Amino acid sequence: MEAVQVKHPALKYYQLGSGGDPTLWCSGCGIGQIWYFTVKAMEELELDPDKVVWVGGSGCTGRMCTYWNHDLMHTLHGRPLGFATGIKLANPELTVVCHMGDGETSAIGGNHLIQSARRNVDVVAICVNNFNYGMTGGQFSPTTPLGGITKTSPEGHRERSFDLCDLVKAAGATYVARWTTTHPQKSIKAIKKAIQNKGFSFVEIVAQCPTHYGRNNRLGDGPAMMKLQKEMSVRVGQAADMSREELKDKIVIGEFVSTQSPEYGEILRSFRPESKESDNA
Amino acid sequence: MEKRLLTGIHLWQGNEACAEGALAAGLTLFAGYPITPATEISERLSARLPATGGTFVQGADELDSLTIVIGAVWGGAQAMTATSGNGICLMQENIGYACITETPMVVVDCQRAGPATGAATKTMQGDFYTVRYGSNADYAIIALSPSSPQEMFDLTIEAFNLSEQYRVPTFVMPDEAVAHMRERVVVPEHVELFPRCKPTVPPDQFVPWRANPETMVPEMAHFGERYRMPVPGLTHDESGRPSASYKVHSAMVRRLVDKVESRADQIARYEALFLDDAEIVVVAYGSVARSAERAVRDLRDEGVKVGFLRLITLWPFPDALIRRAVGRARKVVVAEMSVGKLVREVERALAGAAVVKLFSKPGISLHTPREILSFVREVA
Repeated sequence: MEAVQVKHPALKYYQLGSGGDPTLWCSGCGIGQIWYFTVKAMEELELDPDKVVWVGGSGCTGRMCTYWNHDLMHTLHGRPLGFATGIKLANPELTVVCHMGDGETSAIGGNHLIQSARRNVDVVAICVNNFNYGMTGGQFSPTTPLGGITKTSPEGHRERSFDLCDLVKAAGATYVARWTTTHPQKSIKAIKKAIQNKGFSFVEIVAQCPTHYGRNNRLGDGPAMMKLQKEMSVRVGQAADMSREELKDKIVIGEFVSTQSPEYGEILRSFRPESKESDNA
Repeated sequence: MEKRLLTGIHLWQGNEACAEGALAAGLTLFAGYPITPATEISERLSARLPATGGTFVQGADELDSLTIVIGAVWGGAQAMTATSGNGICLMQENIGYACITETPMVVVDCQRAGPATGAATKTMQGDFYTVRYGSNADYAIIALSPSSPQEMFDLTIEAFNLSEQYRVPTFVMPDEAVAHMRERVVVPEHVELFPRCKPTVPPDQFVPWRANPETMVPEMAHFGERYRMPVPGLTHDESGRPSASYKVHSAMVRRLVDKVESRADQIARYEALFLDDAEIVVVAYGSVARSAERAVRDLRDEGVKVGFLRLITLWPFPDALIRRAVGRARKVVVAEMSVGKLVREVERALAGAAVVKLFSKPGISLHTPREILSFVREVA
């Protein structure tokens, strides 16, 4: 039989030499899957990769952009959305995609998140939620579940956790969805819709961190955690009929918002004299 | 569409002149957070930028504002922010990022009395080191300090040009008195602009972070121009890939500093009077220099052999200029609105070649010409 060499479909977008070849993510980590979901979504939409900018910040998820072999901006912890807003305002023809971890999105970057949603700036924010800060060794974040064991909550987490989809929905995001790495097709579809949405789009993807959150909470290896994610998932429609108590240990998945509203850059540009003139014409 | 360059004679406030200088330099995006005494820059640009085809953003805070400015530059904009006091502190993380990514941009810091909220509406020259050393680790920046509304216009243009030439964040740092001063400003018919260092080779030959050996500055591709531009906040090699090797790190950090610091003489802007036979030299900048000049002229009328040096470029600190200006003078008076910052650099540059005396007032109350005159007379 003839040997067939199969190349991973994402390889043509992958930049070697960006640390820990092939990547610095641990075995079983979900971030690589989401890296693939993103390029797959872009490819299915037939986007010109030279017109797509990946923006990241710090931490394991922040490094996703460094493996993208086209335009990228590896920025500061919590701040990708600010930089992304600047890029988009300066050149509206670019597609700007940010990958951010849960801590980056909701703790240090919380204000950038709600302001971006409020403005409805045409940027895609993909939040990789693995319930802890992985790069620094597994400390709790605003999405760590109550009781979750981390390096800074050794007796179990004592703070309530954030529902980030609820947060950005309230702040005005025009596309909001949550899936898990156990739902690859749904995740890819959500990223596609997020890219196509003319406004602020937020896709939360729950991901396994077997090295830290999984190990600290005895949840098993990557595949075991993915299985757990599937078991814990409840569709948004089903969730509507469930009590708060019933939803306690569940991950509500699905599309929460898909609507239209004037986009930030378009609004700003409408104040320019040339736009006013063309409006009159 | 309104004109960017309002050629003619105007009665402008320093901050208005700064906004107009930025427009004359090709500003296309401004993002800033309201803060006294810098707010008039935002207010003017909120009307003038959209009217000239640009984008005005009021950020959610100083972090939001500066991230938008830096992102916009990489998207192809000519961008600026303006702030003061607490705001310049909040911006420091992003300033470090702009330095490592060699992002040309202008930051206006209208200095006000502090620390913390301090006396928000009052003047001080307290940010002398804040703009130079406020962010973590080693880097270099350029800072210019105007002492009149005319210079708020001229030096804002100059700041854009220097930021492009050296690919470094450049500060315009008036004190509040200059920011809010109203004077005649002459706008010329034409201004010279330094173009952005764009790639001179096709994408397949482009090495994004390889510096020109002469200028020590790399060429810059914007996003979307098919140059596959990596903009890294991590220590990086010439390809832009992350590295933690000593060799790569050392080369990068030294170049970031040397491309500016080794050109201190070329970047030095200043004004000098009566230095040839001076036995005592008064050094000042900003609004203090206006009083100092008056005092020096009056002392000359009295026959005192006093010279005057007004620093316009504060960073890179012009060591050689200070040594040349002081020459054989035995004494130097540094007048500044701080408990003593500029004086430390003057002492360092002179390394004991002259006796340096500080006339310090830590803000709110301006140095009057009479006070400086009395101080110099006592020292002489």
